[in-house]
Amino acid sequence: MTSLAEPYVERRTRKRVRKWGPALVVFGIGIAAWQWLLPALGIERYLLPPLSDVLQAFWDNRSELLSGGWITFKEAVGGFLLGCGTAFLLALVLARWRPLGNALMPYMIAANAVPIVAFAPITNAWFGTLSPWSKVVIAAVLCFFPVLVNTLRGLTSVRPESLELMRSYAAPQRTVFARVRIPNSLPFVFTALKIASVLAMIGAVVGDYFGGSTEALGVQIVSAVSLAQYETAWAAILVASMLGIAFYASVALAERLVLSWHPSVRAGVE
Amino acid sequence: MTAETVVAARGISKTFGKGGVTALQDIDMEVGRGEFISLIGPSGCGKSTLLRLIGDLVEPSSGEILVNGKTAHRARLDRDYGIVFQAAVLYDWRTVAKNIALPLELTGWSRAKRAERVAEMLKLVELEGFEKHYPWQLSGGMQQRVSIARALSFSPDLLLMDEPFGALDEMTRERLNAELLRIWAETGSTVIFVTHSISEAVYLSTRVVVMSPRPGRITSVIPIDLPQPRTFETREEPRFFELVTEVREALHASGELVGADE
Repeated sequence: MTSLAEPYVERRTRKRVRKWGPALVVFGIGIAAWQWLLPALGIERYLLPPLSDVLQAFWDNRSELLSGGWITFKEAVGGFLLGCGTAFLLALVLARWRPLGNALMPYMIAANAVPIVAFAPITNAWFGTLSPWSKVVIAAVLCFFPVLVNTLRGLTSVRPESLELMRSYAAPQRTVFARVRIPNSLPFVFTALKIASVLAMIGAVVGDYFGGSTEALGVQIVSAVSLAQYETAWAAILVASMLGIAFYASVALAERLVLSWHPSVRAGVE
Repeated sequence: MTAETVVAARGISKTFGKGGVTALQDIDMEVGRGEFISLIGPSGCGKSTLLRLIGDLVEPSSGEILVNGKTAHRARLDRDYGIVFQAAVLYDWRTVAKNIALPLELTGWSRAKRAERVAEMLKLVELEGFEKHYPWQLSGGMQQRVSIARALSFSPDLLLMDEPFGALDEMTRERLNAELLRIWAETGSTVIFVTHSISEAVYLSTRVVVMSPRPGRITSVIPIDLPQPRTFETREEPRFFELVTEVREALHASGELVGADE
């Protein structure tokens, strides 16, 4: 009876604590272990410096790290937009003209298995080491395949009756795509976009490793390590991680807004 | 029956695949304006295929179908019929109102006219207040009512229904049967209704078309002379049971055992 009488706000707070509490505790333990347990175990600072030193290094180099992060982030976002956009358009074409899709898909799937970052030195040769485009292209190619494959699956896995209904309305293909196939594909597309947001960040940072503007975040990581400034390298990695998480989270947020009707989003709403 | 013919099928056969299964053979059928026709028969008798042929969702291997005096193809392009499937086939990303308005959007109705029409339709299927809900927030019976409202929204004079209540529980089904009859009376439309339930067919129809499989064909047509309007009491009248028996015997006579739904 008491639980029923409990005010709504209090109940909601308790629910949230129960849901997020364990994760927060683990986070705290992780931070504490990094700060105190590792030095106590005699882990050398070149392997993993204590958290406080990393944070200190971040603070000391904050303007370089943040502006470098911004450069690399822009490369990642550019590659994401380019890769995902092209993949989505191509998926539309392949879904509209199925024989073409059937002819090309095996190659697309095979290409998906190619370790694309291996091409990073080549794109540097194509676009120039200092050009952001070499990183944008790596990020774009990384994003391309998962988005293509998932979008195509979403566009084509429509219930036959949904299509029969459109046929009963004598709807042209353009309308079938706009009203049925594209909305149906969106859950698949967003799954791919979330994967792509992570891949774009990886592509941009790894692209930096093979050379780029000295300000770029990946370049900073490489040069800090070569100068034995491990704290700075770790601080840069932290910045890259934060940007990656922020990128992923914004895509996930967009998903929630666009797919408010979808079970995956509904489940989270309770 | 009524003088004006809405659907005329002459010598229809349908074979699937190369030299494959004969789904329908030599079907002749005429449906007059304002009739309520049930197609009944065991699985594989081609009743759903016949419905899809009328709707030009599949094409006959031979024979001719006229809908409102036009080819079935022309009639589909003219949006002469509304269709309701066994599953409601609502688009998950559209609200109830937008699902109902879909055919209106496709025919270029203005926003204001659509809203007005959707309100009328919601009233017709007794779903006022649910316009902003999404399909997943509705029960199976409510979803099917939305599907019926969508099929009727653009006032087609022919309604094709493919086991629309097959997946619903008996009580919901009986309620929707009554609702469908009320709508049919109000709109004056012609209905062709596929079912595998004998009592449903007898309760709803002006004529029951009995079909049998391998190959799919029409074995008998039974006029249902129960008085209109039909009510819940109709199901308890002696004449109702006589007709149910008649349809059942017709199904048995066609050499097929009927499902245990009666």
